[in-house]
Amino acid sequence: MIDLLRRIGLWGRGVVVAIPYLWLLLFFLVPFLIVFGISLSEAMLAQPPYAPLIDWLVDEDAGTTKLQILLNLSNYLRLGGDDLYILAYLNSVKIALVTTVCCLLLGYPMAYAIARAEPAKRGPLMMLVILPFWTSFLIRIYAWIGILKANGVVDNLLQWTGLTTEPFELLYSDWAVYIGMTYCYLPFMVLPLYATLEKLDPTLLEAAADLGCRPWKAFLTVTLPLSLPGIIAGSLLVFIPSVGEFVTPELLGGPDTLMIGRVLWNEFFANRDWPVASAVAIALLLFLVVPIMVFQHVQGRQTEAGR
Amino acid sequence: MKQMGKLAWALWFGYAFLYVPIALLIFYSFNESRLVTVWGGFSTKWYAELLQNDQLLGAAWLSLKVAAMSATASVVLGTVAGLALARFGRFRGRTLFGGMITAPLVMPEVITGLSLLLLFVALEQAIGWPDGRGMTTITIAHTTFTMAYVAVIIQSRLVSLDESLEEAAMDLGARPAKVFFVITLPIIAPAIVSGWLLAFTLSLDDVVVASFVSGPGSTTLPMVIFSSVKFGISPQINALATLMMVVVATGIFIASLVMARQERQRKRDEQMAVQGG
Repeated sequence: MIDLLRRIGLWGRGVVVAIPYLWLLLFFLVPFLIVFGISLSEAMLAQPPYAPLIDWLVDEDAGTTKLQILLNLSNYLRLGGDDLYILAYLNSVKIALVTTVCCLLLGYPMAYAIARAEPAKRGPLMMLVILPFWTSFLIRIYAWIGILKANGVVDNLLQWTGLTTEPFELLYSDWAVYIGMTYCYLPFMVLPLYATLEKLDPTLLEAAADLGCRPWKAFLTVTLPLSLPGIIAGSLLVFIPSVGEFVTPELLGGPDTLMIGRVLWNEFFANRDWPVASAVAIALLLFLVVPIMVFQHVQGRQTEAGR
Repeated sequence: MKQMGKLAWALWFGYAFLYVPIALLIFYSFNESRLVTVWGGFSTKWYAELLQNDQLLGAAWLSLKVAAMSATASVVLGTVAGLALARFGRFRGRTLFGGMITAPLVMPEVITGLSLLLLFVALEQAIGWPDGRGMTTITIAHTTFTMAYVAVIIQSRLVSLDESLEEAAMDLGARPAKVFFVITLPIIAPAIVSGWLLAFTLSLDDVVVASFVSGPGSTTLPMVIFSSVKFGISPQINALATLMMVVVATGIFIASLVMARQERQRKRDEQMAVQGG
């Protein structure tokens, strides 16, 4: 009897899990397979604009049907052969790395200061970091246009102090992209850093100090290694989406700020070359598989540690 | 606290970095001049103009509908997913499930958008659904990437909670469904509220995925903002941004007040229970 109840219970659980499971299979996993399939297809003037991969060829005379599967690798060969794509990938990685380092340099002291503040103040201080995240990403990028453009706030300030006399424009450059992306991704860095730094036992630092360790050395040998999980989680949370970023380079970057997200967007919307866009996406995904898996590992361990 | 000096500076610099752009944006929304960065006197005319921009208002209405629907759907799916990850132990396919939950958190939007569009196109060819692209496809796409956030919030809330309450209810003969609705759901209610708010904001914010999966005639607010921002800045967008921020800030403020009150109530109840026992 108990065994039967258990069985029903487990069956009920299975049904419950099945709903989000099937949803994710259909709308998250299957789409990747389709992207992969279409990346092996050929662009064609049609609706939708690619040649079908699998076709049934009906031979009326012989009365037979043949299954034809056409795969072509030319899209991938094009990615490997054209400097534009390779440069775009390399440049995306460079911009994502710089963004991650900037977020870390700015976010670590913030997270550390909040974690060392009085317990009652930590919540509100952290809230102040998260709050901008709730306002629109697009609008936060937009805010920087007015600041960085010629005759914008920075330019006016510099001219007013007499540092420059010529109009000075930061907008439409790689610098603007670094600033904008650091701005948008900063909370993603501070959150996991704060989570590990807050759990850090302050008596460890006291012990180090009692044993004659200087503060900066104690930081390097105690605090920094112990906060490594937070550093890794935060860096990946910033780095991975940054590589494929589209909006920031499109709005703040110049025409020569080459990033792979922009290339994909243009292949898809401007050139209507869906197969090449798919190949770009698959190549990007292959590059990101390792970081994503590391992120999942770290994320999984952190949630387990919450127990 | 002496070494806090430099740290405090770093903290305030960080806050300045985060808030000065937003403050300037709001400031210039009340600017009389069309030149956004030249101060021409106080005026609210951009707000008045905004209310007459039918294209913008239509897009805003569509975005709000999509955000409300997808946030609701993603809270339902995400809660179930979070519950499964936190409470069901090991089940078949758990690794894949966990992977599909965390991957959307970091997946570049261009990949999500492209892959969902290709899925919708393939589905339409195969079974005739979805018939064209529009509100339905945007809602499905937003549900898919926001449910991951909800699931993670719910999961971490459940992991940090003691399982004993649920176990006690089970021991007293409550069925799993009843345990969920009577015990678990009220406990994770604050997490559900923040999950819904987060999903709503993320949906209201998305331009990349929506651009891929929307069809003619279904332009969301971020898509309108994006295309107008590409042609330079306009005071109307400043006014719109200010209004959106006021709405979001009010929503968060009310939600946090309600949650703080519930938390206090819960603590009082717990104390009473302990004293009573």
